[in-house]
Amino acid sequence: MKTADLVIVGGGPAGMAAALAAYHKGVKDILILERDRELGGILNQCIHNGFGLHRFQEELTGPEYAVRYMDLVQEKNISHMLNTMVVDVQGGEFCLITAMNKEQGMFQIKANAIILAMGCRERSRGAMNIPGYRPAGIYSAGTAQRYVNIEGRMPGKEVVILGSGDIGLIMARRMTLQGAKVRLVAEIMPYSGGLKRNIVQCLDDFGIPLKLSHTVTEIHGKDRVEGVTVSRVDERLSPVPGTEQFVKCDTLLLSCGLIPENELSLGAGALMDEVTQGPVVNERLETTVPGIFACGNVLHVHDLVDNVSKEAETAGAFAAEYILHGEKEWGEAVRPKIPAKTKCTLPEDRDTGSQLICIGCPVGCLITAQRKEDGSLAISGNTCGKGEAYARSEMTAPVRTITSMIRVEGGTGRVVPVKTKSEIPKGKIAECMREIKKAVVKAPVSVGDVLIENVAGTSVSVVATGNMRVF
Amino acid sequence: MYDVIIIGAGVSGCAIARELSRFQLKILVLEKELDVCEGTSKANSGIVHAGYDAGPGTLKARLNVEGSRKMETLSKELDFPYQRNGSLVLCFDPKEKDKLWELKERGEANGVEGICILDRQKLLELEPNVGDAAVAALYAPTGAIVCPFGLTIALAENAAENGVEFVFGAKVQGLEKAQEGYLVHTPKQDYETKVVVNAAGVYADEIHNMVSGIKMKIIPRRGEYLLYDKNVGSMVSHTLFQLPTALGKGILVTPTVHGNLLTGPTAQDVPGKEETDTSREGMERITERAALSVKEVPGRQVITSFAGLRAHITEFSEGEAGDFVIGEAADAAGFIDVAGIESPGLSCAPATGEYVAGLVKKLLEPLEKENFIGTRKGIPSMALASDEERHRLIKENPAYGNVVCRCETVTEGEILDAIRRPLGARTTDGVKRRTRAGMGRCQAGFCNPRVVEILARELQVEESQIRKSGEDAWYILSPEEGGSL
Repeated sequence: MKTADLVIVGGGPAGMAAALAAYHKGVKDILILERDRELGGILNQCIHNGFGLHRFQEELTGPEYAVRYMDLVQEKNISHMLNTMVVDVQGGEFCLITAMNKEQGMFQIKANAIILAMGCRERSRGAMNIPGYRPAGIYSAGTAQRYVNIEGRMPGKEVVILGSGDIGLIMARRMTLQGAKVRLVAEIMPYSGGLKRNIVQCLDDFGIPLKLSHTVTEIHGKDRVEGVTVSRVDERLSPVPGTEQFVKCDTLLLSCGLIPENELSLGAGALMDEVTQGPVVNERLETTVPGIFACGNVLHVHDLVDNVSKEAETAGAFAAEYILHGEKEWGEAVRPKIPAKTKCTLPEDRDTGSQLICIGCPVGCLITAQRKEDGSLAISGNTCGKGEAYARSEMTAPVRTITSMIRVEGGTGRVVPVKTKSEIPKGKIAECMREIKKAVVKAPVSVGDVLIENVAGTSVSVVATGNMRVF
Repeated sequence: MYDVIIIGAGVSGCAIARELSRFQLKILVLEKELDVCEGTSKANSGIVHAGYDAGPGTLKARLNVEGSRKMETLSKELDFPYQRNGSLVLCFDPKEKDKLWELKERGEANGVEGICILDRQKLLELEPNVGDAAVAALYAPTGAIVCPFGLTIALAENAAENGVEFVFGAKVQGLEKAQEGYLVHTPKQDYETKVVVNAAGVYADEIHNMVSGIKMKIIPRRGEYLLYDKNVGSMVSHTLFQLPTALGKGILVTPTVHGNLLTGPTAQDVPGKEETDTSREGMERITERAALSVKEVPGRQVITSFAGLRAHITEFSEGEAGDFVIGEAADAAGFIDVAGIESPGLSCAPATGEYVAGLVKKLLEPLEKENFIGTRKGIPSMALASDEERHRLIKENPAYGNVVCRCETVTEGEILDAIRRPLGARTTDGVKRRTRAGMGRCQAGFCNPRVVEILARELQVEESQIRKSGEDAWYILSPEEGGSL
């Protein structure tokens, strides 16, 4: 039987950070088991930017954030197995992991400790009780994201998105940039759960309406989605009769919340927390099963990957301590601090051309900016200088960073993620996308490689944000 | 020229095909959809009724009891999931207890074995989670649960192995009397046959009316269901029915053979024959009524809802009202109806197959085959296999080590098997019904792109050609439509 001091289930941001932390504490015999074909987890398909501001003090895309950790894992020679699915974990004095892959078949590993880092999953249509038919064309936002960003395929042309969490907002922009028409984003709550910045840059920039206090009440189309009924909901979130509106579309994306992936935690016999919907842990992030630790989204759903990494380091360090110094009294259950949910409220029928949401800080002031007859700007509603500067820049020379993918020939995958190296004028987005869509590059590709120079005449280059090996 | 053409590859059509494949006959099954088990057979309770519901002397009663008796053996011969879990009919009103006795008497008259009445005490011993209002119950130990897809696919595969041909995407558009038998028109081609078996489910009236002057009308009765996570599958171990009350026919709560919990069905007549959409009212009704049978209906554990249509005959002057219509049409020799197969059609299927085969035998007097293959092996399940079997399978084909569906632990090997076997899966729904990939709590969120990729590779088509079920059920745009970046 294979053995390891520490087995980590999942090679995403949590798994990798936990492995590195344990390594630094002196545990060298570590094995990461990853079910996908690459390390990096869900970050690989999160090709947009906004990651790493806390961790690396710079703004990275998902794949770039992942690559930083992958490089460290490689540098420390921490071993990992890809395309490997863990089907069972058992804790105790010796932990036992059962896993499967094509090369080794089904096998078991004996370990001193296990860290669960499997991440989370999306709520499905069934879980939301949306009545209607069951056609093709209903995707969770993450599934659509995988199709577009990993497979390089488009799952539809006309899209309605239910749920205005960040994944839903990001996918609204993503699908639009790739040529789809996003009809609207419906949100059952009276506020959006997404970041203000995403509402501005993913919806406002493309004129996509956000319907707060609205939900999808019926799905039409027997084979493929042909449309959805969108209705207003009352204070108790019940649809209001008479407000039904048919929206023609061929695709419904669901972005309605994430739930820790609990199969293995439950199978191990871990006590579960009804609030976090993940396992109960103590201050050392140890589950109620001896030797089994948990971190990242499998423990509770995080808002920022930076916080996942931080939590995973704690789990990795305590797991190392457990391995090196033995079991301690379990102590008290400590519920991980769940950040307050973003509640981004906006006035209905906001004129996105003049009513701006400041993205300078989390307050997100609603700023009214109007051009006066003499050409100067009248700015009101801001509560600090940042707001005025933001409004001025938005009204005169707005800029954006564009993230997308470029076709690769001869690589292990079809597309590689890219970004504009710096911001480009907002007005150049369409032209920039045209050039990105036309481009084809040859594998191998490494993070930072310049793939297009002077895109759309902006003197900004388009660079790779992920690696692609030769097939 | 075929000896027999069976219209419809649902559970009845496939059971008939399988029974007829014992004989030296040239048999064709025509199916309008792209796979077997696409109509009523795919969306029902998955129950093998014990047989106390239908009135004594009816075909329903007779075939139900026979079917229920045959099902277990058949499940072993053809390797599909079946479990005799026993069923309970719950009574919530002390004044209605005599209705349980009526049911018991009827069941006994139908030949159902072992039924008895339980008081609340005994009921609690069997079902600790039973609702507080349940005062007594009828217990039928022969009640069982079955995988409706597993059963239908097994019958079809076995029939195909014994030489029955299947053509999919072949909706019967016309039926003409020919010199010797019938000419069957489909968009694919026309077929000649001596005998036609009409097993067209909710469309059986349309097929019947093509050749018979005694008109039949079927109004589909829609039944909605809620399916729950395996977490709560063991909440009940028996199938819990409710005594029909003034509020209408009851809602059942049952475990499924795969360990989920299922509640439903509603009963609503709908005008359209494809109206398998679910409704808010339906879902609310199920939840509300199921709460009588069990203490807590785990609403948050619902993983999907679905609806099926039952072929309810509303107009037909022949035969007994409310019974199945199985037999040669009075004014169309060689045309055999298998119509009005509503509940308990699934339970009856093994008996229906034999019964209809008997009718065909009388018409054609065929000889038995010497080389009939009576057994069939299903797709191995890595989730259920022993470690030894798992090792053997992976050694045989490493693809059995590649988990594609994480919720149900379905591997690439199982999916390849589902695609490669006779009448193999051509759609993701086909893969799902054969392997359970996509049946779990994430409802294919994780495995869908992977299953599409495997199907495309195996069928050697572009991924955009892969369908969920019907021709228009596409997943991704083709490169020509800008779907490939």
